[in-house]
Parts: sequence; structure tokens; C-alpha cells
Amino acid sequence: MTEGGVSQPLVSGKALVKRFGDFEAVRGIDIEVNQGEAFGFLGPNGAGKSSTMRMIACVSPRSDGDLRVLGMDPDIDGPRIRARIGVCPQQDNLDTELTVRENLQVYGRFFGLSRAQVREKAVELMEFAQLSDRANAEVESLSGGMKRRLTIARSLVNDPELLLLDEPTTGLDPQARHLLWDRLFRLKQRGVTLIITTHYMDEAEQLCDRLVVMDGGRIVAEGSPSALISRYSSREVLELRFAPGEQAGHEAKVEGLAERVEVLPDRLLLYTANGEAALEQVTARGVRPVSSLVRRSTLEDVFLRLTGRTLVD
Amino acid sequence: MSTVVQQRSTGRVLGLWRTAWLVVEAHWMWYRRHWHSNLFSSGLHPLLFLAAMGLGFGSQVRPSAATGGVDYLNFVAPSLLLLGVVFTAVSESSYPVLSGFKWQQHYIAMIATPMRPGCIVLGLVQWMSLRLLLAGAVYTVIATFFGAWLNAGAIFVMFVGVLTGLACATPVMALASVTYDEGNRFTLIMRLVVIPMTLFAGTFFPVDSIPLGVRWLTWISPLWHGTELARGVTLGGLDVLPFLGHLAYLLALLLTGGALATRGFARRLVN
Amino acid sequence: MRVLPPGLYAGQANKVIERSALVTRRHWVIVLSGLLEPVFYLLAIQVGFGVLVGTVIGPAGEPIPYEQFVAPALLGAAAMNGAIFETTYPIYFKLRFNKLYDAMLATPLGPYDVAIGEIGWATVRGSFYSLGFVAVMAAMGVLPSTWALLMVPVAALIAFAFASVGMALATYIQSPTQFDYISLVAIPLFLFSTTFYPLSVYPAELQWAVQLSPLYHGIELLRQCAHGVFDWAMFGHVAVLVGLAAVGVIATSRRIGAMLLR
Repeated sequence: MTEGGVSQPLVSGKALVKRFGDFEAVRGIDIEVNQGEAFGFLGPNGAGKSSTMRMIACVSPRSDGDLRVLGMDPDIDGPRIRARIGVCPQQDNLDTELTVRENLQVYGRFFGLSRAQVREKAVELMEFAQLSDRANAEVESLSGGMKRRLTIARSLVNDPELLLLDEPTTGLDPQARHLLWDRLFRLKQRGVTLIITTHYMDEAEQLCDRLVVMDGGRIVAEGSPSALISRYSSREVLELRFAPGEQAGHEAKVEGLAERVEVLPDRLLLYTANGEAALEQVTARGVRPVSSLVRRSTLEDVFLRLTGRTLVD
Repeated sequence: MSTVVQQRSTGRVLGLWRTAWLVVEAHWMWYRRHWHSNLFSSGLHPLLFLAAMGLGFGSQVRPSAATGGVDYLNFVAPSLLLLGVVFTAVSESSYPVLSGFKWQQHYIAMIATPMRPGCIVLGLVQWMSLRLLLAGAVYTVIATFFGAWLNAGAIFVMFVGVLTGLACATPVMALASVTYDEGNRFTLIMRLVVIPMTLFAGTFFPVDSIPLGVRWLTWISPLWHGTELARGVTLGGLDVLPFLGHLAYLLALLLTGGALATRGFARRLVN
Repeated sequence: MRVLPPGLYAGQANKVIERSALVTRRHWVIVLSGLLEPVFYLLAIQVGFGVLVGTVIGPAGEPIPYEQFVAPALLGAAAMNGAIFETTYPIYFKLRFNKLYDAMLATPLGPYDVAIGEIGWATVRGSFYSLGFVAVMAAMGVLPSTWALLMVPVAALIAFAFASVGMALATYIQSPTQFDYISLVAIPLFLFSTTFYPLSVYPAELQWAVQLSPLYHGIELLRQCAHGVFDWAMFGHVAVLVGLAAVGVIATSRRIGAMLLR
């Protein structure tokens, strides 16, 4: 993707808007994804992540603004762009009545690969997804984790320059998630550009070099995971747990001990650089919580701060 | 940024027909291992009707003006081929197509590739043609042993079968592409359109006995046009103009349905 | 019902029926559209098939108009087809995708409640359609005698027998393409159970095979009722249908128990 030696972004969107009738799913966002990067979209349900992903995947024409993928306009060159990207949808859409090998071969053919190419590629991808011993098993018989691995392997059949992963590990057990992260990390090392949406903050911290937090169709924050944590949260969090309803009475007593205090139904959260020190002061002021916990701040704290704690659906 | 230089993807865009043919290839991959479970509904099903209605029921029918002066078996052999083909075409275009959008989501998977909505529809139509041709051929060959054919026009009947089947299939595909619920409407289509069509489009008895007031329903049904063509060729008595008329009607239905299906697929997959 | 093992049957099958009734209320258009089917068939017989054939030998050994011969048989075939349609695909879907029965068996309900409830519901629907069918026959003037009203309970029995077998088969189905195997049985039954022409059309050496069909016995019963011709053979016909129903209910309950209760 270099033209004249200057690396241009693989995806660049400016003032990108997506409307469905009266509803504005994406309300003017700017994004830029560079070659070799792992880029994340975070946000609650309905934030506009999937709509944005679909626009990038060239299956959803933008309503307004500008979008370039691999330097081309999806509205004009949709099929040509799709030929060079890989998409792993949120919901596995494998052909459950075909075998593992057949799924990979059929899909490869859709990308215009020759029969010999897809035969070879299928073997390589089954190896990659650790499914070689299930090559001739019908997909129906695979576990959820295996299906997910196969879906990701299938999205690689055309050696994509850009891989779109929509909630790649939702619903998987920890073993399967770690295996998948390992596979995705290898892809990144090979130079494949990744765009990931996820609900899991640990996943975003593990995989993404850079991410945006979306809420209500807009980008509310952008940066690397560590930059976002230092900007929107403190280094540590002190959690004080009380019997339900009692925590409010203690709010006044801990005032001034932290950069920010959050009151939850059963807890007080103290955002501070030094949790242990804050805990000593809390005890010194005579506050006796049922239990206390000092932990490092995570993306989850950033996420909840930016998008609120209310359920969206 | 990265020290590794990403190589160019191997994916490429092919032309309309070659891309559409890949859809056929994908279905063939499935059919190769599942043909036995489909053989019945495609080939055997109409043969059972031929045995029961052509031979069994036919034994109660005297050749008369109503049957064009021929044995009832010869009278229903061509129309039963069409009946079977239309059933296959309609049922393969309803729930299976809806499933491609809603449950199995095959089309969602396809549209993530260089495949375009029009290619998918064209591929489905091509695959359907092959399936119907195969079903028609199995029927035609076996029906020969029943003594169901009077002449080699039977070969032409197979192709009328494909055309009639497609003329019914593409509008149902179009309907499936705009169906978002569980597809209960397909039950209604079966009960209120397909079943009456099989009864009143001349399959089992000539349409002259149907009161004129409702006979227009027969005239708009693709099965009747197919039946007229098929009987005309095997039993004779069809002039050139009506022949071309029936052909044109079926083609028009096929193309209109195909255009609507393409629009439906495009709107549902790219939106 | 202490005949059935405790723990497998809680006497709550009516709750399963209630649930189905609740769901069906939202699909009333589909339910009502089913009433049109006999109208189409009977019309086709009057304007077409009957014209081609004229008369056939009836159950009393005398010639009867073709429409009186075929209408009771179509009622029986509709009861069978409806019952199979109602119990195969929907049950398969609930069993494999919806996990509805897992949820039911997490309550006091046992596998017999589920089996009897679902089969019972299919029978209720079947009876409703049979009533409609007979009403249409009456309206079109093809009811041979008042005895013909007896066809409603007979059709309900046919529906019950085939619903129970259909549901048992549905538990074995792994993928939708296998429904073809069910039509592989249902369609020959529909076509060759003396539905459209009398048994005498078959060569003598094939007639016993036709008599193996449970639908044949159902149709015989229906024709006899329609024309008010009663004899001892009717007990045999009823026994075949009751036996089929019993096999189906037991097989279904065992399968559901074996699939979900371990």
C-alpha cells in the first residue's frame, strides 16, 4: 500500500455519516487506520460500531461524508475492495452442511482463486486454525470455538491486506479466546492490518494499538489503551464495599481522598494514583467498609466513564 | 510503522457469469454429498403421482374429447412433470432463500467477497435450472417405461419444465428477499396460490370445465402456460402463435421475477 | 394416569396445549387459510375429476358419484398430512433450535406431558380442520348421509395417530434435508391408500401392500361412516389407528426423555 514511498492510510473516513431512515446510526466520525495497525472500536450496543464496520466492508453505502478503503471509494469499487479484505462477522455464517475443508475452498473460489490455489490455501488455514484433524468433518459437528476459528480462517483465504473482526471472541470460553488472540497476534506480526470491534476491554488492551470509543454514533475518545487510561482514569482504583444502601452516608467522609469518587448501589469507587495510601486515610477517618480492594485502572473504567453505566438496551 | 511489508491480497474480481458460476459450484459441492436426500423430492415425487394418477386414477377415465382423445396417462404425463418441477422450484426458492439471509446467512457470507447481489441471483437461477433439468430428465426417462410418452416431444417437455419452474421460482425468490419474519407467508403462498394452481391449471383435467368467470385465474398461472406448451408438443394441436405467446409469458415472468429478486437481494445485502 | 411412570408424566399436558394455543392466536390467518384447502379440492373434484370419472363402486357395493367416493378420502388424507406437517418441522425446530423442551423439562413437566401435549395440540388442530372440511362438504352438497358427521371423530383419530408417529420421527431428524425421508413415506401413503380410486384397481398381488397403509384403514372407516355402512371390519380399522397412536406416543416420550433428561 505504498505509493511513491509514502504510506497512505488503509482506511480513512471523514465526517462519515450513516442514516437508516430518520435514525442516524453514525453521526459524522473521522477515522484513520494505518497499515500494520490493530485498530479497535469500543462502545455499547447501538453505538454505531457495526454500522461503521459495514461501511468499511463495502456492504453499506455511506449517507454522507467521505470514505476511502485501500485508497478506493466503496461506493464505486465495492467488489474490488472486498476482493482484498477479509471479514469475520459477529455471527458465524459458515455453511454447516459442508465440511471444514469445503467451506474454505468454496469461499476461496468466491475470491476468484484457482482450484489449485484454494486446495493449498485450505490446508494452510486449517493448520493455522488448528482444525487439520477435522478437515473432513461437517461444520455442524464443530464446537463454538472451532466454528469461530474456522470463520476467522475463512476470512483469511484471500490473504487480505485488511481484516475486519466484529466481536471475534464473544461467547467463547477463556481457552478459546486466548488461542484466538494468539492467532490474531500472529497475523498482526505478518503485517495484516486489523480492525476489531469488541465489548471486552481486556481484549482491546491485548490486541489494539489504537482504539476509539463510540457512543451514540459519535467518537467520544481516541488513543492507545494506556493513553486513554491515563487520560480518563487514575492509575489505581480503590473499591470500598458496603451493605446495600449504606455507602451514600460515607461519601462525604472520603471527600478529598481521591481525584474522583463514584457512588454505586453497594460500593464507593475512589479513583486515585495510590490506592493503598487512600485506603489508609479512609481507615484513619473511621470509615469501616465490609471489604476493600485496590486494583489498577483498566479500559473498563474508561469505558464506563465515557459511556455511562446505564443499560442501553 | 511495521517492518513487514504486507503483500498484495490474492483476491480478484471476475466477470458476472464466471462469478455467478461460482455459486453453482458452491451448491454442487453440497449436492455432491447430499444428492440422495434430494433425489426423492426432485425425481421420484412426480413419478409417484404419475403412477397413482396416470395409471391408477387413469384406469377410471375413458379416453374422450376431454383428454384430447388419448389415454389419461399420456394426458397427464407432461403436466405432472411440470407439477413436480413447480413444487421443487417454489419450495427451493422460499425458505432456503430466506435462510440465506436470516438463519444460515449464506448470502451475508457471499457479499463479504467480490460477489455482487446480481451474481448471487444469477448463480441461484443457474443452479435451479440444472436441478430442474435433472429432475425432469429422471422423470422423463422413467416415465418412458410406463409408456407415458407418445413421441420424442418428451425431450422438449423437460426444457418447458425448466422454464416453467424458473418462472415460478424467481418471483418467490424476490418475495423471500423482502421477507423479514419467520416466513409464514410461504405457507399462504403454497395454500392459496400453488395448490389451487396445481388443481385448476389443466394439470389433471382440461380447463374448459372451469367457469369462465374464474378462468382468468388459470390464464395468469405460469403452470397453465407450461402445460399448454408441454401438451402441445407431445399431443399436438398447438399453433405457432399460441406457442410463442406461452413462451413469452413464461419468459416475461422469469425476467421480471429475476429483476425484482436482484433488487431485493441488493437492498437486503447492501444497505 | 398412574399407568405411566411417575416423574415422566405430571398430568400437565394441557399446559403444553395452552402454550400452543397462545402461539397460534398470533397466526390466525394461516390457521384460517387451511380451511380453504378443502374448498379447492372439492371444487376441483366437482368441475374436473368427477366429470372425467362419473361413478365408482362405493362401500355398499353400489355405484356412487365419484365426488362422494373421493371426498371422505381427501378428508382422511388432509388429516394425515396436516398432522405430519404440524409435528415434524415445528417439533424439529423446537427441539434443536428453540430448546423449548429443555425449558419445559426444567419445570415439573415430564417427557410424557410434552409428547401428549404436542400430539394433543396437533389433534385439536386436525379436528378443527376436519370439522371445516365436513362443513364444506355439506355446503357443497356432497355429504351422502347424516352418518357422515361421524367422520369428524374418525378424522381426529387419524390426526392423532399420524401426529404421534410424526413427532416420534421428528426427534430423529438431524438436518432439514432429512424431511425428504418423511415425505418419502407420506406421499406414497397419500397417493396409494385408495384415496383416488378403489382397491380393486390394484392387481391382487399388490392389494395386501395397500392394506398395510394405516391411512387405508382410516379412509375405509371414513367412507363407511360417510355412507352409513357399518360392519365388524371397522373394529379392525380402528385398532390399526389406535395401535399406531400408542406406538407413536410411547416412542416420542422415550426419545424426548432420552435426548433431554440426561
